[in-house]
Amino acid sequence: MLGVAATIVALLVDGVAYGMILFLMSVGLTITLGVMRIANLAHCGFAMIGGYIAFALVSSDHIGLFTALPVAVAGTMLLGALLERSVYRWVYTTGQLGQILMTLGLVFIFAASANVLFGSDLHAVGLPGWLSENWNWGAISISAYRAFIIVVSVVLATICWAILEFTDFGARLRAAVDNPRMARCIGIDVPRVFSITFAVGCGLAAAAGVLGTQIMPLEPWYALEYLVPLLMVVSVGGLGSLKGSFYAALVLGIIDTFGRYYIPAAGAFVIYLAVVALLLWRPQGVFARVST
Amino acid sequence: MSERADPKAVEIARSGFARHGLSLLDLLPFLCALLVYVFGGRYLALSIQVMVQIIFALSLDLALGYGGIDSLGHVAFFGMGAYAAGLFAMHVSSQPLLGLCVAALAGALTGLITGPLVLRTRGLTLVMLTLAVATMIQQLANAAGMKPITGGADGLFGFEIAPLFGVFSFDLYDHTAYWYALGAFAFVFIICKVVVNSPFGLTIRGIRENPVRMRMLGVNVTHRLVTLYCISGALAGIAGGVQAQVTKLVGLDSLAFLLSGNALVMLILGGTGSLYGAIIGATIFVVLSDRAAAIDPFNWLFAIGAVLILAVRFAPQGVVGLITDAWQRQRGRRRL
Amino acid sequence: MSDLPALAIDRVSKNFGGLRVARDVSLALPVGARHALIGPNGAGKTTLVHMVSGLLQPSGGTITLGGIDVTEMAPERRVGLGLARTFQISSLFPHLTVVENVGLAFEARHGLDRRLWGRTCNHAEIVDGAAALLQRLALLDLAGRRVADLPYGQRRLVEIALVLALEPKTVLLDEPAAGLAVAERGALLDLLLRMPASLTILVIEHDMSLVFRLAQRITVLVEGQILTEGTVAEIRADPRVRDIYLGSRHHG
Repeated sequence: MLGVAATIVALLVDGVAYGMILFLMSVGLTITLGVMRIANLAHCGFAMIGGYIAFALVSSDHIGLFTALPVAVAGTMLLGALLERSVYRWVYTTGQLGQILMTLGLVFIFAASANVLFGSDLHAVGLPGWLSENWNWGAISISAYRAFIIVVSVVLATICWAILEFTDFGARLRAAVDNPRMARCIGIDVPRVFSITFAVGCGLAAAAGVLGTQIMPLEPWYALEYLVPLLMVVSVGGLGSLKGSFYAALVLGIIDTFGRYYIPAAGAFVIYLAVVALLLWRPQGVFARVST
Repeated sequence: MSERADPKAVEIARSGFARHGLSLLDLLPFLCALLVYVFGGRYLALSIQVMVQIIFALSLDLALGYGGIDSLGHVAFFGMGAYAAGLFAMHVSSQPLLGLCVAALAGALTGLITGPLVLRTRGLTLVMLTLAVATMIQQLANAAGMKPITGGADGLFGFEIAPLFGVFSFDLYDHTAYWYALGAFAFVFIICKVVVNSPFGLTIRGIRENPVRMRMLGVNVTHRLVTLYCISGALAGIAGGVQAQVTKLVGLDSLAFLLSGNALVMLILGGTGSLYGAIIGATIFVVLSDRAAAIDPFNWLFAIGAVLILAVRFAPQGVVGLITDAWQRQRGRRRL
Repeated sequence: MSDLPALAIDRVSKNFGGLRVARDVSLALPVGARHALIGPNGAGKTTLVHMVSGLLQPSGGTITLGGIDVTEMAPERRVGLGLARTFQISSLFPHLTVVENVGLAFEARHGLDRRLWGRTCNHAEIVDGAAALLQRLALLDLAGRRVADLPYGQRRLVEIALVLALEPKTVLLDEPAAGLAVAERGALLDLLLRMPASLTILVIEHDMSLVFRLAQRITVLVEGQILTEGTVAEIRADPRVRDIYLGSRHHG
């Protein structure tokens, strides 16, 4: 009985940690989707870039995880901002197919660059000693690393929420998500709000990429590997809904982890079935605000 | 309200309909294929690859170029066709044409089952669902429980394909395989022409242009899209089936996203919504990637990525678009 | 002709969250009616048309077409019952030619939209019908032109052709004269006046001269509610209508 409880606790922690990484990655995507409706398939790529930057820094032996993290985030934000000003601008008016093709091209370039620089092996960012431990209470064992991820994600999520709720920028962003055209009409500089949000979203994705490498190891095709789970989180949560993707990520992370453990023969299949069922039930997103 | 129109009016009206009728231009690819067979004996295997990918690209062009279904998961149909053909040859009958029918059926059925789910949505949700479905099928094929059927990571191999019409055997020299693939290409091409020229083809183009207006004309848009999806799926299944039968090998790579991505590159290279674009784009892509992959696979990937980005910006209508633009400028008639 | 109204809207209301866009709107159009819906911008006229055509679900009330309750019915099926509409911004197929646009309507009308064999241009029902209609509307020489290349006024006419091709029983016109030049408005009015007597027309318009010459009855909608309804003479004389609407703007 205690053994089962211990397993379930461990699976829950695993599932929630995985979900939180997905959530951090999804923040940028769901907001940019909500504001500009840009089909950005390359979003996970920024998580990968952040991860690889941190990996390179930490592997060089002089730099620890907590120094590498802000550098990776800043670097990725810079890259994201540059790309937004250049190639993303090209596809704001082309319609969805153009956006898909352009961002797919970015994914291929990211993958090719990663392979050239780091090879095709899986890599993870080295953790400081205290994070690699397990905390034990009797039969229950929790990985410090996963607990750390959960705590950091919740903190970041709260900060995001606070910014959205209580700051001027947040109010403008919420207006832009609710109704981009109306927001423009009342004087909100929607393109500028979008550029800032895009860069921040890339930064959050980078943070997720850096923190999550033990669960989601780095490899050249990282961007595609996690694109589907990410898109599922965003769709189930409702485009533009931060709270929505939080709950969706939590639910999907837990379903996936439990599914893989208890039904090994079906493996990853379970999560797709769940998502299809959820979207059939509520196509606009299970956790989305009711909108017209 | 219904009066007879005079014949001159009817003629004017008829000329206003886009026509994709068979013309001499359509013989060109087949002429090239003939020339390759006669003079380019070394390139038969590559040409078979080209033809398989042309069929796949044509199937995607129907769904995406004509129907506006932004599908990132078309490899699902290809893979289902490949596995169906392989399994059919292994367990039921090694007759190639029968196996190809089964492959087409597998593709169509996949479309029939996933279509009503996926095609009810629009925009990014649709894109995501096509991707999710394809990934799901790939995961399924790889799942431990399915290994006895699909062979898991090892795939299907060691099955025999009976001689075509009982006479022409699929040997190492690829001659039979070449004509087999060419026949499949011709068949698929004709089907595409028929669909595109039919009233259904016009309906599909209308749906792509303005689905709301189509509904306000009384058309059940989702039903039509599912029909198109099934047809497209069947054709993609044929591509997978030919691949499986000619190489006598089916692996998880026939369900990999890379194939969907490549097909999209082929369409943007060649141009969507014209059928010829699919042929041109597939030819260019397969030939180039064969040369480049031999040299340096990951830098080839870099090149594809760059091509995609630049093409979206500078030549979104592909080769066919560039040619028609130039041709129209020549004729002095700017119809943009 | 049956007793049942061609179109009946019974206490229909629509809320978007806390915003009430339509409140208790009731309207009954007998077969062959020429009815206009007027009111200031934002009064909810287009929302009402969206609800009648099925693109929007009412929050309350019922809608019937020829006695059949269509409140929950999908738009496609309502069209099948003889309903057709135009949009405030012409909703056409921009990259298709004029004859292809009209042809699609004929296809849908004759149930040919799912036919996979035979060429579109060889189907007499489609081509002959389109040719006759375009000739009648003097649009024949535009047959091969893409709709996206046409000036605005001609696009409005193409949309009317589309609607006529469906041979509908009830037509909803959402500001058909909007954006048209004076001469074009004259041609439009002419066209509307020549429509069969059995066709029921509900038109939203700001152009009062068109409304007064076409309509038999007028409903005035203000802030989602009906202010008044009556004959042309009654509405013209009503001081409330003049205050709210006619006094400030005469032409749309």
